[in-house]
Amino acid sequence: MSALTDDTLPVTPRAMRDEMTVFAGMAVLLGLVPLTGIYPFFVMQALCFALLACAFNLLIGYGGLLSFGHAMFLGTAGYCSAHALKVWGVSPELGILVGVAGAAALSVVTGFISIRRQGIYFSMITLALSQLLFFVYLQAPFTHGEDGIQGIPQGYLFGVFNLAKPTVLYYVVLAGFLGGFLLIYRTINSPFGEVLKSIRENEPRAISLGYKTDQYKLLAFILSGTIAGFAGSLKVFVAQNASLTDVHWTMSGEIVLMTLVGGLGTIFGPVVGAFVIIAMQQYLAGFGQWVTVIQGVIFVACVLTFRRGIIGEIAHYFRRSL
Amino acid sequence: MQALYAQLLVGLINGSFYALLSLGLAVIFGMLNIINFAHGALYMMGAFCAYFLLHLTGMGYWWALIIAPIAVGVFGMILERTMLQWLTGLDHLYGLLLTFGIALIVQGVFQNYFGSSGLPYAIPDYPQIGDCSPSAPQDAFCRRGLQGGINLGFMFLPVYRGWVVIFSLVVCLATWFLIEKTRLGAYLRAATENPTLVRAFGINVPRMITLTYGLGVGLAALAGVLSAPINQVRPLMGADLIIVVFAVVVIGGMGSIMGSIITGFALGVIEGLTKYFYPEASNTVVFVLMVLVLLVKPTGLTGRAA
Repeated sequence: MSALTDDTLPVTPRAMRDEMTVFAGMAVLLGLVPLTGIYPFFVMQALCFALLACAFNLLIGYGGLLSFGHAMFLGTAGYCSAHALKVWGVSPELGILVGVAGAAALSVVTGFISIRRQGIYFSMITLALSQLLFFVYLQAPFTHGEDGIQGIPQGYLFGVFNLAKPTVLYYVVLAGFLGGFLLIYRTINSPFGEVLKSIRENEPRAISLGYKTDQYKLLAFILSGTIAGFAGSLKVFVAQNASLTDVHWTMSGEIVLMTLVGGLGTIFGPVVGAFVIIAMQQYLAGFGQWVTVIQGVIFVACVLTFRRGIIGEIAHYFRRSL
Repeated sequence: MQALYAQLLVGLINGSFYALLSLGLAVIFGMLNIINFAHGALYMMGAFCAYFLLHLTGMGYWWALIIAPIAVGVFGMILERTMLQWLTGLDHLYGLLLTFGIALIVQGVFQNYFGSSGLPYAIPDYPQIGDCSPSAPQDAFCRRGLQGGINLGFMFLPVYRGWVVIFSLVVCLATWFLIEKTRLGAYLRAATENPTLVRAFGINVPRMITLTYGLGVGLAALAGVLSAPINQVRPLMGADLIIVVFAVVVIGGMGSIMGSIITGFALGVIEGLTKYFYPEASNTVVFVLMVLVLLVKPTGLTGRAA
């Protein structure tokens, strides 16, 4: 069995410098968006999905675990935040906290169950668990079933920032994205991240070196689920609703697609992939159901012809780690 | 009590679909090392194939039962030859992703042409046994194919439903016999263990892989034809079913052919019982069982360590 992700280059000072340069460029570019004529709602949505895809990528790209149920964290955090904001009337920062806590609790439970099997079994278990939650949310009274929770108040973050203003909301979402991204980046380049990579490459050897690999995988799963939940909470402020679409397994498929298009196991790949897929959905909306077909074609094309993804191919071409 | 028996029957029918689908998945997984995410889409294609045969060519259910699995099986073999084949030797997660893409394409195309609502497919009224002419006397014996039902005393059994359970059981056992007891099956199992060695004996392993994929896909299509008169023919009929089947596979483990058959039927029955005693949980009971089984025995009931 060959490795799932391309053999990444060793982290050298040069690689770190490259990555930080690209990160700075990305931050500046994204910071300038409100000055341009680009529809901010679209970019905000893409940023939420980019963070979600990055969280997912932490698991597959560095832990070798393909979760096919990551939508459950997005949806759960969304529902928790939305309920707290609308029904309990809490402040935005508390709303986000409730959502993240919900996703974290869920990831502890689901992680504990799912890491007991590996490979495709792991994927199927995460998929089944997210479908279980889908039915729970479909029937639970607080989610309002098919209608979802709508008209969520945005409020003032820390009592200062008016989230109803698109520009303010944009910078808050951007800050959230960059913060989450840095956290993932730091994790990948920590001793913990190195152990995770070694588990991906050769789990029996990691075990023989004395690492309790299950604990590492569980921790990665919890971290990934929690950050994915953070993305879901941010998304509530952007879309002002929480609905079943976010929990359905097709959403999990889209997250996988974003990461695959951008590049599995690359740092910036999921961001690029999320922007590509969200832009595609935005601009191809007129094609109706054909969008699904196009997504399927992209899936097939990626797996058959360019498994490294967009960023993966670029990084491979320039022999750089990105 | 009537309702309980009715739910048990529904459970048995769902169980036959679970068994046929997870059996096909197990056969494909054994040879190709791929979890066939497109299985639900191919199941749906089987049902649509029956629908087309009836409405375009006038060929009824009995023809569909033969032609649909072959047609979809051939489609599957083309898929295997043109795409899946290129993934040999790669991590099997890529197989999952590729077949997921194929499922999206197939389901998307069908949704474009047929929307999301269901198309009706009548229970076959042929062959007719006895005197079914309009002029027949009141007390004449008449049996219109699989329509109608039989009063068993304790419950009313719709003939078609009984037929589905028995027929799929026979197909499952035949597949088990083919794989576990025949020479062809022995080659197949040997090629799963060690393809290189089997190849050295002069057996065309790639062709066998293609045929195996065709067989697994054909089983899915057969389940689709069987389900067409019960459930409506819908583009997404396989999409949600396949996730339950995945849970069935996790519970049973894919270690043995018999394991997937028994687990499939058993879970269908458990689901039916839940629908009677606690309907709110009927959608989730299989997943809850999966969690419980994983906590107690992570390899699944009949599975070997992955």
